[in-house]
Amino acid sequence: MLAPGYAVSLEDQIDQWRSYLHRRQAIHSVDVAELEDHLREQVTVLVDAGLATDEAFLVAVKRMGDLDSLSREFAIEHSDRLWKQLVVAPSESGESRARVRLDATVAFCLAVAAAVVLKLPELIGMQMEQDASFYARNLSLFILPLLTGYFVWKRQPDNGTVRWLAGAFVAAGVFANIYPFESEGYTLVLAAMHLPIALWLMVGVAYAGDRWNQVGGRMDFIRFSGELFIYYVLIALGGGVLTGFIALTFQSIGIDSETFIASWLLPCGAVGAVLVASWLVETKQSVIENMAPVLTRLFTPLFAAMLVIFLGTMLVTGRGVDIERDVLIAFDLLLVVALGLLLYSISARDPLSPPDAFDVMQVVLVVSALLANAVALWAIAARITEFGFSPNRVAALGVNVILLVNLAWSTVLYIRFLRGRGSFAVLERWQMDYLPVYAAWAAIVVIVFPPLFGYV
Amino acid sequence: MGNMMEINKDLIAASSTPIVLAILTEADSYGYAILQRVRELSGGQMEWTDGMLYPVLHRLERLGYVEARWEVAESGRRRKYYQITSQGQAQLSEEHRQWQAVDATLRGIWEALSHPIPDSLPASAARLPQGA
Repeated sequence: MLAPGYAVSLEDQIDQWRSYLHRRQAIHSVDVAELEDHLREQVTVLVDAGLATDEAFLVAVKRMGDLDSLSREFAIEHSDRLWKQLVVAPSESGESRARVRLDATVAFCLAVAAAVVLKLPELIGMQMEQDASFYARNLSLFILPLLTGYFVWKRQPDNGTVRWLAGAFVAAGVFANIYPFESEGYTLVLAAMHLPIALWLMVGVAYAGDRWNQVGGRMDFIRFSGELFIYYVLIALGGGVLTGFIALTFQSIGIDSETFIASWLLPCGAVGAVLVASWLVETKQSVIENMAPVLTRLFTPLFAAMLVIFLGTMLVTGRGVDIERDVLIAFDLLLVVALGLLLYSISARDPLSPPDAFDVMQVVLVVSALLANAVALWAIAARITEFGFSPNRVAALGVNVILLVNLAWSTVLYIRFLRGRGSFAVLERWQMDYLPVYAAWAAIVVIVFPPLFGYV
Repeated sequence: MGNMMEINKDLIAASSTPIVLAILTEADSYGYAILQRVRELSGGQMEWTDGMLYPVLHRLERLGYVEARWEVAESGRRRKYYQITSQGQAQLSEEHRQWQAVDATLRGIWEALSHPIPDSLPASAARLPQGA
């Protein structure tokens, strides 16, 4: 007879074994069920033959063959499975299949809702071209509340969080619209650019749900953001092709589709695609290897080489950075790229594995980006008073300082890790703790800058 | 495994189709029972890694030689049963013909050699079809 304790531990062991199998892409859940039936029968036979349950389990698992070669055999037989899993995640039971369908329905409804919300202001006489400043200020408010709503629906965070998120969006709506901006003024453009950054954090809070305060939850949000960006670009490319064909085919029968494309297809498609892309990333995250880390692996060495050569050339030729008014923005972008490459290589790295050549490359990249930036800052510092503190320049300087602090401390942590004096997790933690800083700075630009600079 | 004779992987792979199809001709069956039957028939000489049977079954299913259905077994678990199709039966007679030809050839050469087979021979014999 089985002692109850044994029975429980056998179920646990089978659960664990099943979850190992589930991680193999080539083995679908129906196959797992088939293999599990086999395993259980084998265990029963061995137990009847006098083995203890845990021994029987070990023997049965051993006879099943090791997982790698098993999944390789399945992959050879079902090679299509490694490719065809893009949209509809195969699910075990009817219940979770219904869940997948509901999820898709909600996502598409929200995408349509985003398009409707975007067109609503036209009812009160707003025109996308004439009232460009209204649309620029509020663009993120047409999309991000719906996206946040999607994740609130999926993650079901507690009421406090939901109220807080709603409050943040209302406040954003107020600040985006109460200021008497000068039309096409600098502060207006800055506010329109920074509001999405600030609100993106709200999406993150909703995305991570109750895991927002954990490094893992924030890291998942970073991964999500990267994948979303890639998906969005792909969808935009496809949309471009579709638009081109609509224009061409209707032109061939003498109908001008330009108005339809410009005022319906493009704007509605562009906002709806954010929600569709988010849903795609959510659905397929466990299915296919993420793209952002792959691109990072590809471009980190290239960017590192580019920067080292740039610094070397500057040293050899003795050329200084040409001080133009917008030079800071170029170097801000450089730091953003360096930070992005750093973030996405962190996101794909196993924190426990020892340092390797790629880590050294990463440090070279960050250090050379910092050096290049230092040169630019040094050059511009002398003349910044001469140029004057315009809102653009203060914003650019602020971003530079924020990125500089982040990357400088990251370098210290990374070098400590390379020398075996610190763990990689510390670097991860630092990056994730820093996320709210970006949003806070963006919020300052949106809320404080316009009155500070007289709405110019 | 100890005293068990190791059969070459290629031979196992090549013979798996006729063996599985033949066992399914006896009666509809499922993975574990098929493996038991293989052990029984070979007197324990053919040792398949259990899991490897399933990709083979799935391949036969894809080729249309067998059909699968889920049933609830007496244990209360859902179990996937396999049934041979008419196409599978045709394939089986084709394989039967081919294996008989191989078998006849080998018998011929064993008899021509006609001295007692040394212990090492089965292993080298197993390599033969691969090189041929």
